[in-house]
Amino acid sequence: MAMEVSMEEAAQAVQAGEEFERRPVPEEAQRGNKSFWGMYAGEHTAGTEFMIGPLFVAYGVAFGDLILGLLLGNLAAVLTWRYLTANIATRLRVTLYYKLEKICGRRLVTIYNLANGLLFCFLAGAMVTVSATAVGVPFPGVAMPALNDTMPTGFSWCLIVLVIGAVMTFVAMKGYGLVSKVGHLAAPWMFLIFVACGLVTLPKLESLEVAKILTGTPLGNNPKIGFWGVFFFAWFCNGAMHLGMSDLSILRFAKKPSAGWAPAAGMYLGHFVAWICAALLYSLQLQRYGEDASVAPGPMVFEAVGWAGLICVVIAGWTTANPTIYRAGLAFQGIMPKVSRTTTTLLAGLVCTVAGLFPAFAMKLLDFVGIYVLILAPVGAIIVVDVFLAKRLGLVSDPAEKFRSSFNVAALVAWIAPAAIGFWAVKHFAMPLPTYVTLPVYVLSGLLYIVLSKLWQAKAVA
Amino acid sequence: MKKPAFLVSMLALAATILPPVLFLAGQLEAAPMKGVMLASALIWFVAWPVANREES
Repeated sequence: MAMEVSMEEAAQAVQAGEEFERRPVPEEAQRGNKSFWGMYAGEHTAGTEFMIGPLFVAYGVAFGDLILGLLLGNLAAVLTWRYLTANIATRLRVTLYYKLEKICGRRLVTIYNLANGLLFCFLAGAMVTVSATAVGVPFPGVAMPALNDTMPTGFSWCLIVLVIGAVMTFVAMKGYGLVSKVGHLAAPWMFLIFVACGLVTLPKLESLEVAKILTGTPLGNNPKIGFWGVFFFAWFCNGAMHLGMSDLSILRFAKKPSAGWAPAAGMYLGHFVAWICAALLYSLQLQRYGEDASVAPGPMVFEAVGWAGLICVVIAGWTTANPTIYRAGLAFQGIMPKVSRTTTTLLAGLVCTVAGLFPAFAMKLLDFVGIYVLILAPVGAIIVVDVFLAKRLGLVSDPAEKFRSSFNVAALVAWIAPAAIGFWAVKHFAMPLPTYVTLPVYVLSGLLYIVLSKLWQAKAVA
Repeated sequence: MKKPAFLVSMLALAATILPPVLFLAGQLEAAPMKGVMLASALIWFVAWPVANREES
C-alpha cells in the first residue's frame, strides 16, 4: 500500500539516495525533462545497434522501406512512451514491479521476474558475442561467427567469450555504477563513431544507387521483410519498456509526462542514424565479399575506422551487457530473496556467458527481440486496464492487494494465453518476425484481463 | 581544470568526426584518418570524465 510521506521524510530519503522501490517517488526526488534526454540517447546507441542495422540488410530490406519504416516506426515508439508509459508513470510514480505486485500478487511477479531475468541473460549474451567479435580481431586464429552460425565457432572463440563474460560478471557483481558511468561518458563519442562508419563507407561503395546499396534480397535462410517489418520492429523492439511498462521505473522520476518525449533522442540517434550507418557497413561487405561476407561487427568496424572502432564495439557491447546482467541478478534475487545479490548476479553472469558462446542470439537478434517483447509486453496491457478502465468497468484496481491475494489467476491467463497464441500465429502464418503480432497480442491481453477479472473478482468478493 | 578539460573533450569529439568527413571528401587517406580517430578517442576518455567530475 502506498505510504504518505512528509516533506521532511521525503527530503531525507532523497538525500540518502533512496530508490523508492515500494512507495511513490516524492516531489523532491523528481527530475526535470532534461535529465532523461541524455539517458535515453545513450541507452539506445549501443551494442545492439551494430547487429540490427546489418540484420535488416540480411533480411532483404530495401532502402526506401528502411528509411520510411524507421522514421514512422520510431515515431510510433516515441508516441507510445509519451502518451501511455509516461502518463501512467507520472500518475502512479511507482516501479513496474511494485504495481504488478499490487495487481497480480507476489507469486505472479516472481514468475515475471524469472522470465525477465532469463531473457535479460540471453540479451546480455548476445552483447558478449558482439564484444567478442571486436576482441577477437587482433587474433588471427579466432573464427568469427557468420550470419547463419548458431554454434560456437571454435576453441579460440570460446576462450574469448569466456574471458569477456567473466570480466563483465565480475564488474556486475561489484554493482554496475562504474560501467553505467562509462556508458554515459562514452555515448556522445560512440554516436560519432557510428556516423563515421557510415561516412567512410560511402566512397567505398561500388555505386551510390540505393538499389545497389540495399538490394532487397534476403540472405541465407532469412525471410524477407519490407516496410511493415521495419516499422513493427522499430516500434516494438523496446516494447517491454514502453508497452510493457518497464520504463515506469525510470519515468516515475519525471516531473511531467512530457518527459516521455525524451526517448526520441534514443530512437532517432540510435534506432535511425546508428542502424542505417551499421547497415551501410554490411552492405559494403556484401559488395566486396558476396554472400559469405561476415556480419560480425568487430571486423566490419575495424576495417572502416580502425582501432577507435574496435574500442567502440567493445564498450558498446559491454555497456549494454553489464547493466543487463545486473538487472538479471536483481530479477533472480526477487525469486530467491534469501540469496545475496552477488550470488544471483554470478548466476546471471554464468547464464549470459554460456549464451554468448552461441552466436544464435546475436545472429537472430531481430527474432530474439521479438520473442522477448512478446513474452514481457502483455503485462503492460494489464496495467493499462487497471489504471484507465478498471473503475469505469466496475473492476477493482490493484485487486491482489485489495483481496490480499498472492496470485491473480486472471492476470496470469491474460498474460500467458495471448502470448502463446501470438507464438502460434507467427509459426502458423510463417510471419517473418514476431513483432508483427505484438500489438494484437497486447490488445488481446487487455481484453482478456477485463473478461477474466470480472469472473475472478466476483469469486474473490463472494 | 574543468573548463580546459571540457574544451579539450569537445576538440576530441571534433577530431573524431572531422577525419571521416575529410576522407569522404577525398582530402585524407584512411591510415591517418584512423590514427587521428584513435588519438581523439584516447583524449576523449581522459578529458570528458575530468570535465564532468562533480565538485566535492
